[in-house]
Amino acid sequence: MAEIENNDVLFVIGSNTKENHPIIAQRMIKAVRRGATLIIADPRRVPLVRHAGIWMQHRPGTDVALLNGMMHVILAEGLTDRAFIDERTEGFDEAFRKTVEEYTPEAASKITGVPKEKIIAAARAYGKGKRAGIYYTMGITQHSHGTDNVYAIANLALMTGNLGKESAGVNPLRGQNNVQGSSDMGCAPNVYPGYQRVTVPMVKERFEELWGVKLADRDGLMANEMLDGALAGKVKALYIMGENPVLSDPDTGHTTKALKALDFLIVQDIFLTETAELAHVVLPGTSFAEKVGTFTNTERRVQRVRRVVDAPGQARKDSLIIMEISLRLGYEMHYHHTEEIFHEIGRAWPAMAGMSYSRIDEEGGLQWPCPTPDHPGTQFLFKGGFPRGKARFTNVKYRPPVEVPDEEYPFVLTTGRLLFQYHTGGMTRREKAIEAVAGRPYVEINRQDAKALGVASGDKVKVTSRRGSITIPVHASLRPDRGVVFIPFHYREAAANVLTSSTAVDPICKIPELKVATVRVEKS
Amino acid sequence: MKHDMVTITIDGRKTSVPVGTTILAAAQQMGIHIPVLCHHPKLTVTGACRVCIVEIGGQPVTSCTAVAEEGMEVTTASPYIEGLRRDIVDLILSDHPYDCMVCERAGDCELQELAYKYSIRQPVFQGERRIYTKRDGNPFIERDMEKCILCGRCVKVCDEVQGVGAIDYAYKGFETKICPPFERDLDCEFCGQCIAVCPTGALVSKPSLGKGRKRNVNTVETVCPYCGCGCNITYDVVKNEVIRARSRQDTINEGWLCVKGKFGFSFINSPDRLTTPLIRKDGKLVPAGWDEALDLIGERLRKIRAADGPDAIAGLSSARCTNEENYLFQKLMRAGVGTNNVDHCARY
Repeated sequence: MAEIENNDVLFVIGSNTKENHPIIAQRMIKAVRRGATLIIADPRRVPLVRHAGIWMQHRPGTDVALLNGMMHVILAEGLTDRAFIDERTEGFDEAFRKTVEEYTPEAASKITGVPKEKIIAAARAYGKGKRAGIYYTMGITQHSHGTDNVYAIANLALMTGNLGKESAGVNPLRGQNNVQGSSDMGCAPNVYPGYQRVTVPMVKERFEELWGVKLADRDGLMANEMLDGALAGKVKALYIMGENPVLSDPDTGHTTKALKALDFLIVQDIFLTETAELAHVVLPGTSFAEKVGTFTNTERRVQRVRRVVDAPGQARKDSLIIMEISLRLGYEMHYHHTEEIFHEIGRAWPAMAGMSYSRIDEEGGLQWPCPTPDHPGTQFLFKGGFPRGKARFTNVKYRPPVEVPDEEYPFVLTTGRLLFQYHTGGMTRREKAIEAVAGRPYVEINRQDAKALGVASGDKVKVTSRRGSITIPVHASLRPDRGVVFIPFHYREAAANVLTSSTAVDPICKIPELKVATVRVEKS
Repeated sequence: MKHDMVTITIDGRKTSVPVGTTILAAAQQMGIHIPVLCHHPKLTVTGACRVCIVEIGGQPVTSCTAVAEEGMEVTTASPYIEGLRRDIVDLILSDHPYDCMVCERAGDCELQELAYKYSIRQPVFQGERRIYTKRDGNPFIERDMEKCILCGRCVKVCDEVQGVGAIDYAYKGFETKICPPFERDLDCEFCGQCIAVCPTGALVSKPSLGKGRKRNVNTVETVCPYCGCGCNITYDVVKNEVIRARSRQDTINEGWLCVKGKFGFSFINSPDRLTTPLIRKDGKLVPAGWDEALDLIGERLRKIRAADGPDAIAGLSSARCTNEENYLFQKLMRAGVGTNNVDHCARY
């Protein structure tokens, strides 16, 4: 994170950093005050735009066209890093270049709605940067072409040699305190801890030896496939620990139906969430303040979590609950204290093998990879090379989102978070002070659109998509462009995810298109 | 001697520092303590409070603004300087409420500490006091402008660190005060950075009012439960209740937090917390004991596994739980249940 201050160019795309990662935004502002150029691409005038040199207001879902347009300029004006491309990458071939050449600033401008002068200026600024960092979040990934968006970002960074060095790179900012850690720990259907594939026999054998049991040999189901499986009668039981998919997943109607179709639903949480209300058994877990362990932040830094207070009532540590359930399934897990689990993680994944609680305490956290006790941890990745040898350019073309505005649904809805609230609101909506300033849901709509609809801030409107509809007060604003509306997804009383689609997903990683759904807005 | 270094003498000891170093910074590097009120290590220099004065060539000079020059002779503490400092603190206190006994910052107040150091029981200087009766209606930050010493740290942190600029100096002379535009109620990001840097009790956390000061407060260092920045938080705890959140300056977040980290912790002690397992009976969730709940889970999962195979069972883990818990969760699904059906919300 400290490296951000030394960027000479920051390209923030699809990230409302000032509201969602306020402390990282501070570092960005510091860089700007030191003379760095801040480029922002976002369909909304997000608060960080105030500090930006260039803001490109592209239409939701047109990221690939925008990025290819920038690459076109970089290529045409010779701003590429030839040495880096030759030594460390592959795939910078005829076909790739031909694709990029198609996206002239004019063509990109037509798709994205961004004036071509801005695309050219942004490309030049990024291309000429010596330490240019790209920062993105769900505004890039939550699309039916989310993977393509990430490829396009990687292409841009590779083309200009902005990887594997300090204060540069491609930096996804993690939205939850331990998204990084839960991914690292193998809470995904295709990988064991440390991103080791479950389908590689040698890897599986190693884990069978570590855990002393035979393991399944094919990939499991992804979250959305679990819900589809429940509806199809294939998944009978679901155990949910600390998630609230009823509010966080797309198409609430679909999610609720799927959870109700289960024979047995276990929910373990600290509050009776919308999801827990549907469960057969609810287990009281403990909050972060009642246990010890580690979280891994967005810069891969593993840090200590310490017990602040005693858990309320009979609430139990989540690790103990898991062990009890495992015991009843005939597989005994036995640990005397939490650090024993941490040491086992080190045996499962060499990148954390050099860490211990005392080292983390003494050194203020450790960034993986940290394979040995004398290893200092790793500030940035890919210094000596890429895991696959040479990094690959991926030829990506612009594909429109699954839903495009039409007569019936003329507005594009995009969803996200606010500074004051957090995720599905289980925590922040119980804070009186926060509720006093941000306690009501709203739909943000361009002032001219509001005028055309005959509504003013505070008036209620009905927002309808192909999935359902909600009634919600209007906030007329200059933030979104005409034709775009924004709804924060924190509020159960007007849940944005009633409107979003669970079928519009990325073909590779199955991420839902939460950032683009078409809706109709009517005075109610 | 290199051209980019200068040599100065502080309290009889020689030191070489880079050109542009302030006397205050040079002294601090030598381990010499100079009192400050407006200076803050993470902010630009203000030079407002005058407490950091030192003697250079017989003249009193503010050490936070004075830049080291070759051959300078500096005295940081002498009866003359200490007398001046005492007068400065005395002057500040002459326009400051004497209510330390009920002040939230008692025991943690930089002004109180200087009054203690110079044993100022009653201010020598008598005169007009600023009386402000209007209170700011915002729900997060209590602003008691009678306790404000106009050091400007809050103005600077809001602008330089947070990039917001919600407050600034207004009016002139004795009327000077720090306030939002048109003296309206504060309407900002409520990050609380201004509270973190305020040297007195002028800015304090409203939700923490009256819940505890320094005595009988336990402090625990941990990591914020919200976004992925991983900010280090210090919680103050009284009788199993978190009453305040702070952060140390020597952390990855440099002591700064956001509104959620700074003010969003009362959910921990919320009465809505689940305190017992619940089992659905006749369509309703009713309280149950742990053994009953866990045995039921074991029985149902074993039956489903026997009838439909392990892949009929799936698990969603949590980006809000620890690494250790997530590791155990996927181990439970893979080794305990026998399926790779495990995922979490990294996609949402």
